[in-house]
Amino acid sequence: MSASESAAKSKFVLRTNQIQALIDFLRERGYRTAGPTIRDCAVIYDEINNAEQIPLGVADEQEAGFYRVKKRKEAGYFSYVVGAHSWKKFLNPPRFTLWKAKMDNGEMSLVVDEPQAVPHYAFIGVRPCEIAAIAVQDRVYLDGPYVDNLYKERRSAIAIIAVNCAHPGGTCFCVSMDTGPEAKSGFDLALTEIQETNRHLFVATTGSDLGVEIAKALKLEPATPDDIADEAATIKRAAGKMGRKIDTSHINELLQRNEDHPRWNHVGDRCLNCANCTMVCPTCFCMTVEDTTDITGKTAERSRRWDSCFTIEFSHIHGGAVRTSASARYRHWMTHKLASWQDQFGVSGCVGCGRCITWCPVGIDITEEAAAIRASSRGE
Amino acid sequence: MKTTVAGPMVPTMARVNRVRKETHDTFTLELHPAYGQEIHHFAAGQFNMLYVFGFGEVAISISGDPTNPKPLIHTTRAVGNVTKAMAKLKTGDMIGVRGPFGSAWPVKHAEGDDVVLVAGGIGLAPLRPVIYEILANRRKYGKLILLYGTRTPSDILYRKELESWRSRLDMEVYVTVDRSSVNWQGNVGVVTTLIPKAGFDPQQTTAMICGPEIMMRYVALELQKRGVPMSSVFASMERNMKCGIGLCGHCQMGPTFICKDGPVYPYDKIRELLLKREI
Repeated sequence: MSASESAAKSKFVLRTNQIQALIDFLRERGYRTAGPTIRDCAVIYDEINNAEQIPLGVADEQEAGFYRVKKRKEAGYFSYVVGAHSWKKFLNPPRFTLWKAKMDNGEMSLVVDEPQAVPHYAFIGVRPCEIAAIAVQDRVYLDGPYVDNLYKERRSAIAIIAVNCAHPGGTCFCVSMDTGPEAKSGFDLALTEIQETNRHLFVATTGSDLGVEIAKALKLEPATPDDIADEAATIKRAAGKMGRKIDTSHINELLQRNEDHPRWNHVGDRCLNCANCTMVCPTCFCMTVEDTTDITGKTAERSRRWDSCFTIEFSHIHGGAVRTSASARYRHWMTHKLASWQDQFGVSGCVGCGRCITWCPVGIDITEEAAAIRASSRGE
Repeated sequence: MKTTVAGPMVPTMARVNRVRKETHDTFTLELHPAYGQEIHHFAAGQFNMLYVFGFGEVAISISGDPTNPKPLIHTTRAVGNVTKAMAKLKTGDMIGVRGPFGSAWPVKHAEGDDVVLVAGGIGLAPLRPVIYEILANRRKYGKLILLYGTRTPSDILYRKELESWRSRLDMEVYVTVDRSSVNWQGNVGVVTTLIPKAGFDPQQTTAMICGPEIMMRYVALELQKRGVPMSSVFASMERNMKCGIGLCGHCQMGPTFICKDGPVYPYDKIRELLLKREI
């Protein structure tokens, strides 16, 4: 959030031909604009500076282990849901040099580089589940005894243009996780795309001072009662079209007391330990460090990069890995995501975006696994 | 107090002042801060992340005296890439230090109690600061008992120090080995066999355990049989650590992060987790 969220939630109309003006406004304000675009037959998030880069007329099909984008005449600007990318790649770069050191005649010292400018991003097209995911990562990186400055300086500089979901995907379950399909807070401006035969517009809700400024600068007209009714109907329809659902009642206790449930072996037999689910997950935060030296051996560099609890090295200590079996690693990930995350950060680690289901090469479905454990749970 | 990550992820440079070979695979480094930097005070049980140039970083418990933290003392077993490189360091070589991190042994909380320390192998290193601190405030405590088990007599750490502690009238030291050698005249057997030998008041005891997980489980069980309430038992855990500050996720054990919730835990908190496999 660029400014206080105290700004009243006023509703305006943003015309489809004003998307460029929105991008231009944000760029003039010093933001780098990032949003959905098409690359490699998928919707991904990248820097965009032209409204035409947003995939108009594209819809997606998602199922366990299945993702396709399709051109559809009737599709609008945001008729797809989330792809493999999430905004975490901008807030916590996948790889980042922490520091360099040099060794000179036995003297080790840090090499201080010129500090790099921190990019200020305006994210365009942030889905409600993704706003929830950013809030989850905020707790991880900002609320502990140590603050992750790398994240903090990027996070504090962003603007969020949210898009409420009108066409949930086959693996979506934000309704179960109470994170969507409508963004309730955490945005500067939230858009709902209204599409009818002769009417195509966005209802824009302001969520911050920046949002109010955008409405003023773009001279947005106030939304009519009809527009507002259409927005509510669009969101209500979306809530009824979730591809998946999950029962979260007492799920923390359920999973932590079922650590020896046979289902873990069942899923362990299918899991390839490829780490896709952790890479696409918008809340997974684990990282590792890597040390390299240059060819002279006199300069060493330490980087951090995204890591996954599905690798065998992740839990390696002398004597070997703690979690050697695939079932233990899957159990660790899912129990953390849905259960122990609540102990650690006071919130579920899952926002119901469905990425882990879609991008699992063997179609393992977290909602199905949780349901299977619940169906034959160990006694209370 | 909050600290930003640029700070705690960047090491302080230190110089090796002295290297002591302890056993065939363990060594102790005495470190002095270089370039006029400060070494922070630590509490018994805390650890540092030690960086060997180009090789990487490992979490190593601090085994020096908390009441006299300079020099900084670490005893390490050469088992991995980094610790094997660390074993080759010589006087004057440099090393990076981040820390201290993690929770501490309940040394203050134990005042007035008998203190039973149970160590397995290199697990004696993180407990040595407790011994120093108690000996420096000896009158505040009841009995001080160290029960120590190693694999063989040649694996006994801090041998001279153990002998001097044992010669004191205000400390009891019992040592056992898993496998004896020709010259060994002492106890043979797992460390739990030492518990019945020690005289302490179970109701007025604080016990601190450090060693392999399986050993800690059986020690806790044995202490429980003696009547020590589990709320008076503390254990130090170990997991892979990359950051030491709760951000990298590696050291999770169930719902806890060993780097920030541990490494020292009230035994009650981890008892059930220790029974779970591959957690």
